[in-house]
Amino acid sequence: MDTNVILLLLLVPLLGSLVNIFFGKKLGNGSGIIATLAVLISFIVTVVAFVQVNGTKTPIQGNLFEWIAVEKFSISFGFLLDQLSLLWLLFVTGIGTLIHLYSTSYMKGDENYGKYFGYLNLFIFFMIILVAGSNLLITFIGWEGVGLCSYLLIGFWHKNQDYNDAAKKAFIMNRIGDLGFLIGVFILAFLFHSLDYMTIKTALMSGTNHQINTWIGCAALAIFIGAIGKSAQIPLYTWLPDAMAGPTPVSALIHAATMVTAGIFLITRLNFVFDLAPLVQDTIAIVGAFTALFAASIGLVQNDIKKVLAYSTVSQLGLMFMAIGFGAYEVAVFHVITHAFFKACLFLGSGSVIHAMGGEQDMRRMGGLDKYMKVTYITFLIATAAISGFPFLSGFFSKDEILMVAFEHNKALYIIGSIASIMTAFYMFRLVFLTFKKGFRGTQEQKNHLHESPISMTLPLIVLAVLSIFGGLISWPGSSWLNQYLQPVIVKSAANHPHALGFEAYMLMGVATVGFLIGLIWAFRKYIQKAQVPQEDDKITGFHKVLYNKYYIDEIYDKLFVKPIYIIATFFRDVVEVALSGAVFGLGKIADELSLQGKKAQNGNIGLYLFAFVFGICLLLYYLFIAR
Amino acid sequence: MENVIEIIGIDKYIYLSIILFCIGVFGILYRRNAIVMFMCIEIMLNSANMLLVAFSTFHQDAEGQVFVFFTMAVAAAEVAVGLAILVTIYRNIGSIDIDKLKNLKG
Amino acid sequence: MNVTILLLTLLVGAIATYISGKKPAAKVALLFGLVAFVETIVLICQHNAGTDAGYMTQWISNPNIHIALKADGLALALTLLTTALTPIIIFSSFGDHIEKSNIFYSLVMFMSFAMTGTFLAADGLLYYVFWELSLLPIYFIALLWGNDTFEVRKKAILKFFIYTFAGSLFMLVGFIYLYSKTGSFLLQDLYNARLTGTEQYWVFLAFFLAYAIKIPVFPFHTWQASTYEKAPTVGTMLLAGIMLKMGLYSVIRWQIPITPIAAKEVMPTILVLSIIGVVYGSIVALKQANIKRFFAYSSLAHVGLIAAGAYTLTLDGMKGAVLQMIAHGFVIVGLFFVGEIIYRRYQTRMIGEMGGIRQQAPKFASIFMILMFASIGLPGTFSFIGEFNILYGLSQINLWYAVIGGTTLIFGAFYMLRMFQKAMLGETNAKPFADLNTKESIILGVLAIVIIFLGIYPKPLADLITPSLVEIVSYIK
Repeated sequence: MDTNVILLLLLVPLLGSLVNIFFGKKLGNGSGIIATLAVLISFIVTVVAFVQVNGTKTPIQGNLFEWIAVEKFSISFGFLLDQLSLLWLLFVTGIGTLIHLYSTSYMKGDENYGKYFGYLNLFIFFMIILVAGSNLLITFIGWEGVGLCSYLLIGFWHKNQDYNDAAKKAFIMNRIGDLGFLIGVFILAFLFHSLDYMTIKTALMSGTNHQINTWIGCAALAIFIGAIGKSAQIPLYTWLPDAMAGPTPVSALIHAATMVTAGIFLITRLNFVFDLAPLVQDTIAIVGAFTALFAASIGLVQNDIKKVLAYSTVSQLGLMFMAIGFGAYEVAVFHVITHAFFKACLFLGSGSVIHAMGGEQDMRRMGGLDKYMKVTYITFLIATAAISGFPFLSGFFSKDEILMVAFEHNKALYIIGSIASIMTAFYMFRLVFLTFKKGFRGTQEQKNHLHESPISMTLPLIVLAVLSIFGGLISWPGSSWLNQYLQPVIVKSAANHPHALGFEAYMLMGVATVGFLIGLIWAFRKYIQKAQVPQEDDKITGFHKVLYNKYYIDEIYDKLFVKPIYIIATFFRDVVEVALSGAVFGLGKIADELSLQGKKAQNGNIGLYLFAFVFGICLLLYYLFIAR
Repeated sequence: MENVIEIIGIDKYIYLSIILFCIGVFGILYRRNAIVMFMCIEIMLNSANMLLVAFSTFHQDAEGQVFVFFTMAVAAAEVAVGLAILVTIYRNIGSIDIDKLKNLKG
Repeated sequence: MNVTILLLTLLVGAIATYISGKKPAAKVALLFGLVAFVETIVLICQHNAGTDAGYMTQWISNPNIHIALKADGLALALTLLTTALTPIIIFSSFGDHIEKSNIFYSLVMFMSFAMTGTFLAADGLLYYVFWELSLLPIYFIALLWGNDTFEVRKKAILKFFIYTFAGSLFMLVGFIYLYSKTGSFLLQDLYNARLTGTEQYWVFLAFFLAYAIKIPVFPFHTWQASTYEKAPTVGTMLLAGIMLKMGLYSVIRWQIPITPIAAKEVMPTILVLSIIGVVYGSIVALKQANIKRFFAYSSLAHVGLIAAGAYTLTLDGMKGAVLQMIAHGFVIVGLFFVGEIIYRRYQTRMIGEMGGIRQQAPKFASIFMILMFASIGLPGTFSFIGEFNILYGLSQINLWYAVIGGTTLIFGAFYMLRMFQKAMLGETNAKPFADLNTKESIILGVLAIVIIFLGIYPKPLADLITPSLVEIVSYIK
């Protein structure tokens, strides 16, 4: 039974993907329906499994076959559906279904419609593998697999080389992280002779061998590097904003709601390892906090609607990492879920806007869209309020919990996180005001084209907006269902020592609300009252320009890493290769020279030959009979 | 009948054949006329032959003399071929001075 | 059935192809290639059932030389690689205009015969004979049917021939020395030779020269790129797909177990050289304009990693090396075929002159992409299994080897994606590009299926080679 559930979960999206890739052209619009149904079935299976596991409290497990065997242990193709993976699967397949549905309209008319859904299904398939794998290496299949799908989908419109560059960059930067992941796997394999999550957990729980703690720290650090790559943290975050080259639903699904949270999933999965590495945890918290601030500050001045959302995603992921750094895994997970709701809603909303604007993404060319697209506007506003921390929406609770944890552990990081939150409120409302309020700034042609999106696009928006409102209920402060639910998988679970809501908690909520108001009013004054529109690119100066150009990080990376590699490559090709090749030819030349010299003895003088012959015989005789 | 070797002594034969052989060798090295060099080779061959015969008698064993017959036969064949070559060379070049034969130059 | 039948099939195939005449030559060669493949499968089934398919008889009594063929899992796995790729390689050239095709295909079959013999031989001299025999056909294939003008390619091919041949001579010297010690060329006797440390050191070095050139290990690789470039694609496939593996296989089969002490001593140096090869090959590949040279340098990087795996002297490293040999064989043959397909349509091998192909040929682009990602070592493809095993083996010796060797993950993605972007993506190319025809689809489809299937279920192959490797590792200890 268990194996069947797993097989069903896995094979349906895979089948959908294969059908769409191979027969997409023939299916026409049918491929969108097939793909959506495939994910829907996965979602239903997940719900069934979720109900079962939630009831019995025992995870569903199944090993399909032995995959790789090394000398000391073997790695099976095994899957584990426990509380954590099911939670992830719920929103992956759930939001996945909505986004597939959305895509059926959004991508209509694209020449590679079928292939798009094929890739999207493939992504869901790999994401399920990533989340449901029972050992690190199966997770790694999914980990790289989603990277592959991300590559395929970012570069989906492959005629444009800029998009291809973005796809390539995403894949390579992810690969840097993947190497870290793999190194972490090797260290863990070295320590425990197993890669199975359960086995490692038991080994760590039973024996408290302090000798291995340094190695555990190294492993944790290496895996964190993997997470940095996938979840776009400093210093490997630059691929995510570029990844917005892909179709907008892809950005919503992969680059906001699901794939980029894989890093958080992995660390939460291995919480028992990270608990033993306090130094690494501190690093995670600091990296997370700085990423949150850094990305938020860039987000303040971006004019591309999707770029703003991308930097917002990086920033929010930073907050999640900060929570993980403090050991508050449930809080991070909570934020992952609420973030998935409202960020997916925001991306889909922006997709709806872009759709209406005929592909225009620059907010300076928008404005006043609320009159034309009521549903999009309202859902977008709800999601914005949620992400900015409007009281009692989902984002308010989850972000507040992160800040609360930060306040408990480290006041400096709390302040950084709070500033990032204020910035978030500002740039999100800036986005809303510039896009939906005031007059329309685009061309007349665009204006005539403006329309509300069809129901298949607005329905996901509505569902996600509702979830953004009520998503916070799963972890109501003081009596958290989520904490209880996750208790079996998190060793130092918060559910074991719940703390009552004291004065401090209410005070922090108040502070957060004030922060939200500051951001909101700041944006309101600037873009509604003063009706400012961001300047054109060439007029930007000073620090604003630095921010607008993302601190020139891309350029620095280019100068620091990419260019030198090309220079070295040219050097190797033109100098070292030639030298090595010359050395081999040199050996040939030496032989040639020797034979030339030897040739001179062969001068054709028979007398000399005879003399040499007799002389040689004499020498031989001397050696044989006299010298002995 | 007394053995002729015992009267003269084997050592004399050895000296004689060494002398003959050396004459042959020096002749080859010194002379430039191919025919003379041929003759020198014959002298060397015959010095070896003589030694074979002498030892054959000394040991009262006919095997050595059998060898000599073979050697002579081979030498005769070799001379026939060699002289033929020399004749051809002479026809082509007009000389059998080996200093003029440098076609083997590498 | 024993392995002599397999060898005879290939040899008879070579002769029959020659006799059959120009028109049917390709088909005859393909037929014999397929028969050999089926025979290999039967042999493997027999092996798994426990029957020994080896063969041994005295060849020359003095010196003591045997015709000894050992058909253990390791040898059979590599034989399978050879006999599986041979028909694919032959089939890939169907439809090409080849002059004197009967001689050409006959040479291909003969090469397949010699390489199979090299993998199976269990007598040093016989092995050496096969080893050198395999060099002759590829020399003529590359010289007579290669690209560029005769004079230009002669230089490259002659360099290749003399370079590899000179290396092999050192191996012969090594064997003769071993014979003087043991009085036998038999593999088993050489394993038990009990040489002193210094002797082992010299024998190891003599073997190393031969193998380092053949594999090739950095810095002995200079013949590789130019030969790959000048040889006809069939020749390049034979070279890169199978012949490189002869060197790697010999390291595991002959060099390491005969000279374990020396191997342990010089292991760090060779690991460093191999890993330099990985990084160096990857970086040089970045700036290659010719697609065949590009694949050549990517091969250099890959075989560098395989060599590192073999020289770890651990079961995991060696197992990874063998698996990766087979994986690399399939992948690189596919990639060279991809290059050939582009050449057929565009008459160019310059990456800069391609571009915008994906738009016109989606099927081709998809399979190219599968092969590319397999080459990068994406999990789910066969290459990942080998790469993981090798890196795991390296990490168990010293984590830094795995870290530096693991940069192949990053560099591999870097150069491959860059090439793919330049060659395949972008605005639709003005020149039309017909999508894959049936023959091409069959070949690439088979390769893709093999690569993915073994990536998900590598157990049969891994089980086949493990016992032999366990035995070899036992000689090291």
